Amino acid sequence: MNDLNQAMLGKYRSNFLREVEANVEEGEWVKMCMQCGVCSGSCPMGPYWEHPPQEIFMMIRAGKREAVLSSTSMWMCTSCYNCLVRCPRGLPITHLMHGLATYAKRLGLAPQTITPRFAKKFWNNLTKTGRVNELKLGLALYFINGLSEGIKTAMKMQNIGLGMLKTKRMSPFEILGGHGVKDRAGFHAMIKKAEEIEMAKLAKNQVVGG
Amino acid sequence: MTKKDYSFYPGCSSQKGASASNCTTSITAICDVLNIRLNEIPDWNCCSASIGYAGGGELPRLTLSARNLALSEQHNPGQDVVATCAACWLSTREAKERLAHDPQLFAEANIALKEVNLNLKNETPVRHMVEVLIEDFGYDALKAPVKKPLAGIKIAGYVGCQTNRPFGIAGESFENPVYLDKLTEILGASPVENYDKKVSCCGGALAFSEPEKSQALIKDIIEAAYDGGADMIVTPCPVCQMNVEVYQDFINQRYGTKFNMPVVYYSTLMAVAYGKSGKEAGLDGQVIRAKQLDDIAGR
Repeated sequence: MNDLNQAMLGKYRSNFLREVEANVEEGEWVKMCMQCGVCSGSCPMGPYWEHPPQEIFMMIRAGKREAVLSSTSMWMCTSCYNCLVRCPRGLPITHLMHGLATYAKRLGLAPQTITPRFAKKFWNNLTKTGRVNELKLGLALYFINGLSEGIKTAMKMQNIGLGMLKTKRMSPFEILGGHGVKDRAGFHAMIKKAEEIEMAKLAKNQVVGG
Repeated sequence: MTKKDYSFYPGCSSQKGASASNCTTSITAICDVLNIRLNEIPDWNCCSASIGYAGGGELPRLTLSARNLALSEQHNPGQDVVATCAACWLSTREAKERLAHDPQLFAEANIALKEVNLNLKNETPVRHMVEVLIEDFGYDALKAPVKKPLAGIKIAGYVGCQTNRPFGIAGESFENPVYLDKLTEILGASPVENYDKKVSCCGGALAFSEPEKSQALIKDIIEAAYDGGADMIVTPCPVCQMNVEVYQDFINQRYGTKFNMPVVYYSTLMAVAYGKSGKEAGLDGQVIRAKQLDDIAGR
């Protein structure tokens, strides 16, 4: 829960569908869902979704704002694109799930499960140097719930780590910094600018009547 | 023979000391045989793959790919961008198409690109290496350099998700693509017929954050390969390769299976069949050794 969330609540109080259409990536497609359920049936993580995509679309129309945005559902998306290529109406379902996840995270409503936290670490990892540091990302995941659980996970995973080290598919030297773009300053300025432009658009949407 | 030039986007996992460095090794080997010159995009950055959205909104993510495409236009003009990683290809091509269809996003991405003194025209095709091989060379040309046919090896063609959806390879279906089977055949090996898990998901990035759920998916992918009599699995995707190869011990512990199935890249198979050494083919990158390929490469 944060200020942006309060502002959006104030503006769209009674119309969550409009809020999604205006603020979520590809959100204007939600109303086109015809509730056939092909997406839900096609999802490899189907059994684990709190609310499968078809249900999420109906809940958006029914104004179930908090239930949708705080759901673990969207975070079960593996980005396999099965739902997207099979949807008879051509809804970009994968992108919609990503967009809802981004929006929930921005509003401070995303659940505290591992995937949203790991995915945020992934973004921070890649934007730090411009390239993903696999070693640091892996370690960040192991230790995501603190030191003692991290040590246990690291012990459990040590054979995989050794296998990757032995085949030179992991390098211990990555811990010292590793790969990255050379134009680090320019890269950071570019990302910052893109974020500013996007947040300015959201801010415009917050204005009642705007 | 003149070399064919492409603008190469290797991606994070393909770098030295990263999880798909063995993919790069075998790609380098086959490019040498086929006279392909891969010109790396200077100072490329990460594409944000498929889970960047938790921290990056639409525009910052598109801008990442826009920078790579603009660098490619500047340094490798007139060359198609080629990626070997499924996620790199998908993100970059998705960005290219979204920026082409949305003038506002396109203008905004170019404002952000000013920070790095770049400007995107967005005119470069973004292709997967498999597309290049099949469309620019074709099966006959790919078969011609075979020196050591992979006779007697049965291979399950695991296409996976992101090399197949939402774009895929021209002329192939989303539900039953057959290009890996065709490639397997021209290299002298035999494909597993009707491999039912060929386009099933391995869990992707969720193999890290939802390990049990993903390993259940991986188990089915390997089991179906064994059921079809496979000696090994072949895939075009770095995430598929790693996920399906490295968790087999965990799966064996949990399910009481005895999996020990090598998972190789199409480029590894090609490099061995083209007569490259085991090292050049990236066979030393196998966590589960592909013994039949080791033997052929050692002959």
